Amino acid sequence: MNSVVCIAQVPDTEARIKIADGRRIDETGLKFIVSPYDEFALEEAIRVKEAKGGDVTVVSFGPDRVQQALRECLARGATKALHIKGESGSADALGIAKTLAAAIRSVPHDLLFFGKQGVGTDNSLVGPMVAELLGYPQLNVVTHLEVGEGKITAHREIEGAEEILEASMPAVITAQKGLNEPRYASLKGIMAAKKITIETKTLPDLGLQESDIHHQRVTVVALELPPEKSGGRKIDGGDAATAAKEILKYIREEAKAL
Amino acid sequence: MAGVVVFAEVKDGRLKKASREALSIGRKLAQTAGGDLVAFGVDRAAAEEAGRYGAKRLYVAPLTAYTTGPFTTALKQLVDQVKPSIVLLAGTSNGRDLAPRLAARLNVGVASDVDRLEWTGGKLRARRPVYSGKAFATVEVSSTPAMATTRPNAFTAEEAGGETAEVVQIAGPASDDKVKLIETKTAEAEELTIAEADIIVSGGRGLKEATNFSLIRDLAHAIGGAVGASRATVDAGWIDHQHQVGQTGRVVSPNLYIAAGVSGAIQHLAGMSSSEHIVAINKDPEAPIFRVADLGVVGDLFQIIPALTEAVKKAKAH
Ligand SMILES: Cc1cc2nc3c(=O)[nH]c(=O)nc-3n(C[C@H](O)[C@H](O)[C@H](O)COP(=O)(O)OP(=O)(O)OC[C@H]3O[C@@H](n4cnc5c(N)ncnc54)[C@H](O)[C@@H]3O)c2cc1C
Repeated sequence: MNSVVCIAQVPDTEARIKIADGRRIDETGLKFIVSPYDEFALEEAIRVKEAKGGDVTVVSFGPDRVQQALRECLARGATKALHIKGESGSADALGIAKTLAAAIRSVPHDLLFFGKQGVGTDNSLVGPMVAELLGYPQLNVVTHLEVGEGKITAHREIEGAEEILEASMPAVITAQKGLNEPRYASLKGIMAAKKITIETKTLPDLGLQESDIHHQRVTVVALELPPEKSGGRKIDGGDAATAAKEILKYIREEAKAL
Repeated sequence: MAGVVVFAEVKDGRLKKASREALSIGRKLAQTAGGDLVAFGVDRAAAEEAGRYGAKRLYVAPLTAYTTGPFTTALKQLVDQVKPSIVLLAGTSNGRDLAPRLAARLNVGVASDVDRLEWTGGKLRARRPVYSGKAFATVEVSSTPAMATTRPNAFTAEEAGGETAEVVQIAGPASDDKVKLIETKTAEAEELTIAEADIIVSGGRGLKEATNFSLIRDLAHAIGGAVGASRATVDAGWIDHQHQVGQTGRVVSPNLYIAAGVSGAIQHLAGMSSSEHIVAINKDPEAPIFRVADLGVVGDLFQIIPALTEAVKKAKAH
């Protein structure tokens, strides 16, 4: 059973975002991490491998810094890594999906894992788009997965409920928190990862036109920070009854919520 | 090539609030982009309500429970037939599932989770929170059609007083042999979900233990809101992840957000600071949550929350 895990490298969730030229974030001094939902995706793929054998290939499209993220995934237990070089920042979600789909075609796979969203761009688009481009079923926002013979069963989180879905393979799964508890890299894993060569490809290697990937369909025209919240009134809540009265007044008169 | 198509989802015989919001902004866009606002759905009973929100026609596909494949095929057929300039889906679970699949099939762009939309210079311009609300991106969708998913609660649902939408039956797509919906399990007695709620009451680690979430639930219930939670409480297993607000939970923007015993870590703030009105209760006067609170109350939640619940109940009884 072979799995491919597509990972995005994103700014650390602790990071303060600064804007470079009105359109991009300023990357100087910014720490990058593997997008948190992708960690659930990777963990699940590793568990499938441990149970059924096969490879776990991690794939990422982005500038050279994403090799760091791929290394980290290898250290946790991925067995192969593929880096598609390019400025993913100037591609829209469909451009990224086309790139990943093209890359995945040449990697043996039964299951494709994604995070349910890339933390930062917060699009929640790429996984289902890859599923469509490859003609596979998609199981989106998955909190539980069982891999059977030739088919998988997944629990999909929806508003106030959960769906149980069954799908044929190959299939795309987007991971939600709760799917598993991701492991940390072990020292042994880190050492082993150093021996694995990260394969690299370019868009032309994949038979793609730069012009179909970059600056197409959806383009960012401005990036701004939200207005500073000035912070409102602060009151002493030493007396609960008085505090409750104040809050109620605020709720009724300002939020107009009762 | 004109008009706006909106995916209109129905729940318990009514259009979902998020769909009503999408129809409302769709109607405004149709005024500038030209053409009609039309709705796509599976329930002809929604025609009257869709009409009130400005839809001229409701295209009904012979489908029932949502699954990706058949819905994508049906909506694709409709888009090919109507040739709209804009396709909108509310950012519900199903809207977020369907939008990317359809966009890839149509080879068009989609802006997700937008909180502002306008049609300008023949293009769809959208604003979307990125980095969980730490920044806002303005994007232009230049494809035809241009697609977007709307963030629940970001647009106002406004009736336009239109007549019942004309129902047009469309052909049914073949069933999907790749995915089967086995079962839908409804959680915790139909609790209001944080994604769509107008009011959210959130609890943090300050609650000390799982059972104390009842304080938050009681207040949420009294005030008619949903229950939110910080990640610390979710990780501790006090409450289900569906309730988590923040960068790795839901990003929410209700009219009123009440946080009790939540410190206001950057990842939590990212998920709620765009709320219209924020009340924070925390015993630590230096808690970062106070930086975004419109009304900050420095005090003990175990005293203040029950008192507030009582006050709300009394106020409602009058
Ligand atoms: C990658 C990553 C992603 C994350 N994503 C999220 C996310 O999506 N959402 C999220 O919430 N967090 C997220 N976090 C976690 C975040 O950093 C914080 O750890 C978490 O939000 C803290 O939760 P808390 O405020 O409940 O707990 P604490 O920080 O422990 O705060 C408890 C607060 O309760 C107050 N308190 C205690 N007793 C009382 C009392 N009796 N009355 C009143 N106040 C009291 C204290 O003063 C304190 O401020 C993420 C972290 C990482 C690393």
